[in-house]
Amino acid sequence: MRSSPFRGNAIALALLALAILLAFGLGRFPIGPGDLARLLWSGLSGQPSGLPPQIETVIWNIRGPRVLAALLCGAALAVAGTTFQGLFRNPLVSPDILGASSGAALGAVLGIYLSLGLFAIQLAAFIGGLIAVGAVYAVGSTIRRGDPVLVLVLTGVVVGSLLGAGIGLVKYWADPYNQLPAMTFWLLGSLAGTSKADLLPLLGPVLLGSAALVALRWRMNAMSLPEEEARALGLRTGPLRFAIVVAATLVTAASVAAAGIIGWVGLVVPHLARFLVGPDFGKLVPTAAILGGGYLLVIDTLARTAGPVETPLGILTAVIGTPFFIWLLASSRGGWS
Amino acid sequence: MRNPDRRLVLAGLGSFVTAPHLARAASVRDSANREVAIPGKVQRVFPAGPPAAIQLYTLAPDLLLGWPRANRAEELEFLLPGIGDRPEIGRITGRGNSANLEAVLQLKPDLIVDAGSTGRTYVELADRVQDQTGIPYALLDGRFAAIPESYRILGRLTGRSERAETLAIWCETAMATIQGRIAGIPADRRPSVYYARGPRGLETGLGGSINVETLTFLGARNVADQPGSGLAQVSLEQVLAWDPAVIVTIDLAFSDAVRSDPAWADVKAVKAGRVHLSPKLPFGWVDFPPSVNRMIGLWWLAKLLYPEAFPEDIRKIARDFHTLFYQVTPSDVQLDRILAGRG
Repeated sequence: MRSSPFRGNAIALALLALAILLAFGLGRFPIGPGDLARLLWSGLSGQPSGLPPQIETVIWNIRGPRVLAALLCGAALAVAGTTFQGLFRNPLVSPDILGASSGAALGAVLGIYLSLGLFAIQLAAFIGGLIAVGAVYAVGSTIRRGDPVLVLVLTGVVVGSLLGAGIGLVKYWADPYNQLPAMTFWLLGSLAGTSKADLLPLLGPVLLGSAALVALRWRMNAMSLPEEEARALGLRTGPLRFAIVVAATLVTAASVAAAGIIGWVGLVVPHLARFLVGPDFGKLVPTAAILGGGYLLVIDTLARTAGPVETPLGILTAVIGTPFFIWLLASSRGGWS
Repeated sequence: MRNPDRRLVLAGLGSFVTAPHLARAASVRDSANREVAIPGKVQRVFPAGPPAAIQLYTLAPDLLLGWPRANRAEELEFLLPGIGDRPEIGRITGRGNSANLEAVLQLKPDLIVDAGSTGRTYVELADRVQDQTGIPYALLDGRFAAIPESYRILGRLTGRSERAETLAIWCETAMATIQGRIAGIPADRRPSVYYARGPRGLETGLGGSINVETLTFLGARNVADQPGSGLAQVSLEQVLAWDPAVIVTIDLAFSDAVRSDPAWADVKAVKAGRVHLSPKLPFGWVDFPPSVNRMIGLWWLAKLLYPEAFPEDIRKIARDFHTLFYQVTPSDVQLDRILAGRG
């Protein structure tokens, strides 16, 4: 028995609203609910809030951008995961299957190694992710034998591990007092330094990629059929697969560039979404986006409130994701196809 | 005299004569309480990492086999001429297998020195490398307060006890003078300090970390003073909640950005103009790498945190320190550049 999509999305939206409320209310800098309400009202009405400037700074410049970034990154990773799981017809696939994360990571550690500025490091990560997936796609397309989907996934795995070696090499070169800790923090994932300036480079690619995927949603359904059946339906699978990979890579690379490496969100959330609304890609993408954003927001709220020192996001998503995933495997039946 | 063995014996006799108090000691206890044989002749010393290389350079630059990493051009300006030509030799790390011991042997060192942790991992690594290569391997305690003692051990091992004593006494005098003056400062007049690293300034050293040893030594209240011994990431919101009175940073990008960043504008230290960029030539004054270079950083920080208690001119102290430890006297223009924290 499957829940109705309507009820599924209603649950997801309600959870999201709760998560956003909690995220704005909680933090290391104490802000009471009354002050928060006044501040939000002044933001909506345009009237001065009369609150101390520190509170304004915390909400508008620090906590607010971070909440938005968590929502965007979580949604991006979940949408990309959903897409790749459908495209490769494999429930164990995550957004980094084609090397987007390892490429971005190599770009970022190189940027840190070369002592580039913040924006340049994020740009290097973004470009690294795109190049890696481009390389995987190019290599995969030249191999004409076998199932093209399988070839692509295997190429992704192989190139990903080569990139991992590159990351290891750059870490080995790095000076252990300054650069190595910075690389470690980046590779564990964090939104600790998010500012307003980080939102635009994140929002653009995520919106663009997600819009493309939503536009392709009906064709995506057919793509999750075996290759021959999809072709029999009259789909040109090659160009379509290319478009889908480009869109999903765009959102993944943007999210990794902004927040570092955060595993598990793109693997676990699509299953949860499928559990709620079923496998129809048209309904799945928005639900996955809502759930993914909410999930990462909750994790990030935990990361920044648990203690004075941040807990890396990648650690939390793994610790929470693993038992959750096992529970999901044990309790869901037949939600996949 | 052509017989190398005889030369060795003569060299041994030489040190016998010049250092009579060592006459009976064929070995020295290092900081990890290991017995390390004093090499018969010491002409080439292999530093296992940057802190050891810096300490060795300050004691006996002629013995330095090479640098773990090549120095940058702007650093070489403040070191003895020709010292930058020494080869880049990599480092022996805690994992042991990452150093190529054959390459180490090819450099024919008479002694290997590491300055840093004296924990079990490093003790076992040192023992193993010593067994494999037959070269004496000494572990020096890299902690700030242990620097004078480390100098003395290194002096005995290399036959440079006299200079080691001079440097050790400089350090001891600095530490005692500074500690004596701050002892009477009540807790409420000791500023809360946030140590900012990374281009966003959101990496910091926890209570027990080697990165904040100088701050801890000065009795400053590290706002991130929670258990732990390493670096950690914090959020700006947390920094605002701590509201430190002073920010000390080693990052130029952060130091430039923080003054105009509206998100940081409300932090007490920023409002009061008390964000201080640490000098870093030829080596970082506060941390990075954590070696004897932090001794001059101690004076710099003491003056920052307690200006009334330390009327001395930092330029004079820095010039003296450079002259004694690095054996190069910086000009006034060079001192300006050092103190500006750039370059």
